[in-house]
Amino acid sequence: MRISVQEAAFELGAESDAFAAGVANAGAVVTFTGVVRDADQGGLQAMEIEHYPGMTERALTAIAEEAMDRWSLADTLVIHRHGRLAPGERIMMVATAARHRKDAFEAAEYLMDYLKSRAPFWKKEILSGGGADWVAAKDADEDALKRWQGGKSPAS
Amino acid sequence: MDVLYFAWVRERIGLPREQVETSAATVADLVEELRAREERYAAAFSDLSALRVALDQELSEFDASLEGVREVAFFPPMTGG
Repeated sequence: MRISVQEAAFELGAESDAFAAGVANAGAVVTFTGVVRDADQGGLQAMEIEHYPGMTERALTAIAEEAMDRWSLADTLVIHRHGRLAPGERIMMVATAARHRKDAFEAAEYLMDYLKSRAPFWKKEILSGGGADWVAAKDADEDALKRWQGGKSPAS
Repeated sequence: MDVLYFAWVRERIGLPREQVETSAATVADLVEELRAREERYAAAFSDLSALRVALDQELSEFDASLEGVREVAFFPPMTGG
């Protein structure tokens, strides 16, 4: 299991290759990558991502450990950037490796659902025309956690 | 104790962290003390349903006890991913 909270960009191919090469006997590797999406009319100049150093690493570790407990996983990887990112830049990635794809897919979705609303990151959109807006959390993101609850949940 | 603010809470209050001397028993008591300080605190804490709190870097609740807590953080709902 590896958790990395970093300002620097990451190489998707290199990270995916290294992750897949590091697991033995896993028939399935799933990766998800989050990218800075431009606003509707090309009005986004940058995305600023703030986080809570210390708590961020603890929360991501707890979420990844919970995924390792709930599914039969060979390994997990979470990389999440902070700082100022341009549209099109990669914000984060998760990777999961398992013997079978169902575990790998479900665990990747679980990691994404939890790190969206339980990892202490905050996004601010810097607009080309001047001005800036904090991205509001969506009810749908909170609702997404309910499908995993029933069992115990991490960091909640 | 150390009190930390993030995102628009930090912007509204105008600082990222401060040392607070308090005898508040719960998070809610601490919020009342902060609100009473100045308008910028009252504005930041006007709607607690829009805020989250972490105690020693673990997500918590506003009715939680502050006993033994060294670090309190206030912030809006998180938007990772």
